[in-house]
Amino acid sequence: MSDRSKSERKLGWMLCAPAVFAMVLVTAYPIGYALVLSLQELDLRFPDDGGFVGLANYEAVLTSSLWWQDFFNTTFITIISVALELTLGMIIALVMHKAIFGRGTVRTSVLIPYGIVTVVAAFAWQFAFQPDTGFVNQLPFIADDKAWFGERFSSFAVIIMAEVWKTTPFMALLLLAGLVTIDGGVYEAAKVDGASAWQRFWKITLPLMKPAVLVALLFRTLDAFRIFDNIFIMTGGAQDTESVSILGYNQLIERLNLGLGSAVSVLIFLSVFLIAFIFIKGFGVKMNEGRPGS
Amino acid sequence: MSIRTDAIPARLSAFVALVAASMTLSACTGGEEEAAGTELSFFVFNEPSGAFQAAADKCSTESNGEYTITFEFLPADADGQREQLVRRLGAEDPSIDIIGMDVIWTAEFANAGWIQPWEGKLASQVTENVFDSVVEGASFEDTLYTAPFTSNTQLLWYRKDRVEQVPKTWEEMLAESERIGEDGLIQVQADEYEGFVVWANTMIESAGTKVLEGPETVGLEQEATEAAIETMARFASSAAAAPDIDTSTEDTARLSFEAGGASFMLNYPFVFPSAKENAPDVFEQLEATTYPAVVEGEPSAPPLGGINLGISEFSDNSELAFEAAACLVQPDNQLEAAKLGGLPPTREDLYEDKAIEEAYPGFSDLIKESIDAAAPRPVTPAYTDLSLALQTALHPIGDVDPDDVSAVYEELLKLVEQAVKREGLL
Repeated sequence: MSDRSKSERKLGWMLCAPAVFAMVLVTAYPIGYALVLSLQELDLRFPDDGGFVGLANYEAVLTSSLWWQDFFNTTFITIISVALELTLGMIIALVMHKAIFGRGTVRTSVLIPYGIVTVVAAFAWQFAFQPDTGFVNQLPFIADDKAWFGERFSSFAVIIMAEVWKTTPFMALLLLAGLVTIDGGVYEAAKVDGASAWQRFWKITLPLMKPAVLVALLFRTLDAFRIFDNIFIMTGGAQDTESVSILGYNQLIERLNLGLGSAVSVLIFLSVFLIAFIFIKGFGVKMNEGRPGS
Repeated sequence: MSIRTDAIPARLSAFVALVAASMTLSACTGGEEEAAGTELSFFVFNEPSGAFQAAADKCSTESNGEYTITFEFLPADADGQREQLVRRLGAEDPSIDIIGMDVIWTAEFANAGWIQPWEGKLASQVTENVFDSVVEGASFEDTLYTAPFTSNTQLLWYRKDRVEQVPKTWEEMLAESERIGEDGLIQVQADEYEGFVVWANTMIESAGTKVLEGPETVGLEQEATEAAIETMARFASSAAAAPDIDTSTEDTARLSFEAGGASFMLNYPFVFPSAKENAPDVFEQLEATTYPAVVEGEPSAPPLGGINLGISEFSDNSELAFEAAACLVQPDNQLEAAKLGGLPPTREDLYEDKAIEEAYPGFSDLIKESIDAAAPRPVTPAYTDLSLALQTALHPIGDVDPDDVSAVYEELLKLVEQAVKREGLL
C-alpha cells in the first residue's frame, strides 16, 4: 500500500470515528448490557436477591413451551404477512411504474398508511372489528355478533391485515426502486421476439429485480419478526396470539424480571441476526448492490 | 456602573435588559410558589368525577400554604398505571411524592423498598374504623404501608322487570338466565387482564379455598378449585355468556347492560351513576344484590378493590407527603368521593352517614356487607407473576370443558407454583 492510500485510509477512519463512537454508545453498549443482565438473577421487586446464574435464564426460556408457542406465532405472522406484502407490493409497484399521469400523487397517496403511527392504526383496526361498535360486522356475509378477538385465528387474521395494510407501501416503494432500474430496451427486444406479457414479467422483470426483491424481503422480515404494537393493542397477547416481543415485554416491564427478560431479548436479537445471515449468505443479498467498484 | 454603556452595542444592551427583566419575572413567580408552599405530586388515575381533585384542593387550602397537591395522571386501567409507576420507582425517580395505589400493589412496592411504612400516630389515625379486610390489603408483613382511601367491591346487578327469583348462587342465576332466554345474558369480566383475575379469585375463594395460603405457600385445594373452574366454564359455554365473553371488561359489561341485552351483570358500583346518566330506561329496572355463591349455603367472597395512598421512598418531601395523604383520606373526603364518584369509603362508620345513602340509594348496606365479606386478592410481592399465571391457565374460559376441568386445574397449580417461585416464563 502506498503512503498516500495509507494516509487516506487513516483519514477515513478519523472521519468515521465520531460515527463509530456514537454507534457503539447507542447499540453495542445496550446489547452488551442486555447480555450481562441475561446471565443474572435480577428482579427489581426483590432487590436483595440476585447474582450471576450462568445460562439458567436461557435454559428457562428455551425449555418453556410458552417461548416456542410465541416463536411459532411470530414466525406464522411473519411468513403470512410478508408473503402478502410482497404480492400486493409488487402489484402496486407495477401500477405505480406504469402510471402515466399523476405519478407524484399516486406515489404519495400510496404511502399514507405507512405514515400513520402504528398504535393509532392498530386502534382504528380494533375499533372497526369490535362486535358492538365496529362497522365490519355490519357488512353483508359477516355474522353480526362475530367476536373477532375472541379466538385465535380470527385475531391473527385482523393482526395480519393491519400489518399488511400498513407496510405494503414500504414494500411497494422498495420494489419500485428496483423496477425503474430495468432498461426499457430489454422489454422492447423481448416484445420483438414475441414474448407475452406474462413471460416478460417472469423472465425479465423478476430476475432483474431479484436484488431489490431480496432487500425488500429482508427489511420486511426483520421488521415483521419484531411485531409488537398491533398485537399489544388488539389482543394484548390473549387467545394465544402473543409474539416473542410481547413475551419479552411481559418479563421485563410487567414482571420486572430483568434477567429472564434480557434472555428473551437476546434470543430475539439472535433470531433476527440469523434471519439476516440466511438472507445475506443464503440468498446472496448484496446490501451494496450498484456501488461502483463493488 | 463601571462599564461604559456607550461602548455596548444597542442590540446587546437590549438583550441584557431582557435577561434582567426575565430574572425579575422569575423571582416574582418564585415568590408566589413560596406562598403556596411545597409542591407535592400525587400520581393517580384521572378520577372522572373530580372527587380526588376536590379533596386535594381542600387539603392544600387547609394546609395554610404549607403544601400544594398537584396531579400527575396515570392511565385508567390498573395494569397501565402500575407499568408507569414501576418504571419510575425502579429508576428511583424523586418526582413522585404521593401514589394512588391499587390494593394489589402493596406487597410488591413495599418489598421492593419503593414506599415508606406508615408509623405511630398517623398509622392509627388512617386506619381508625377501617374494615379489617381493607387494612389487611394495605399492609405487608404486619406493617401498614398505605393509607386506605377508597374501597370497592362488586355486586350482582340485575333487571327487576325480567328476574323473578333473585338468585343466591351461580346455579340459580344460570337457571334464571335460561328461563329469561335471549335477553338473559350474564355480563362478567373475562378478557385476559387483571379484571379476569378478580373474577377467578372470587370464584376460588367462594368455593372455599385460596390461591395462596401464605406469601409463598400455594393453596388451591383440588376439590374446591375444580368446583370454581367448573362453575366458570359451565357458565362461559352456556347461552348465558355473551358471544364476546373472552374479551369482556368492566366497560363492555356496562355497555351491554345499558343497551338492554343483558339481565345480569357482576360489576362495581360505578355502573349505577352511569346507567342513570346513559340509559334511564334500564336504570329504572336496575337492582343490586349480593355476589352469587359457588356452593349453596356457603356465603360468597366478593372482590375487593380500591385505591390506597403510599408515600414514595424517593420523595424529597416525605414528611409533608404523609401529612397531605393523611388529610386526603379523611372521612369528609371519603364521603365526597362516594357522593361524586360512587367510590365506597374504607371506613365502616361512614356507612351510617346520610350522605352514603344519597350516593347508593337503597344499597349502601349491601356494599358495606360486601366489603366486609370480601376476599382480598393474594398478598405477595410477586403478585404480577401470580396474576399472569392465573390468566395464562384459565383464559379463554369459554374453551374450558366444564365436564373435565382436571387438566386445567393441573395447569393452574403448576403455573401458580412457578409464579410463587418466580421461575420460568409467564
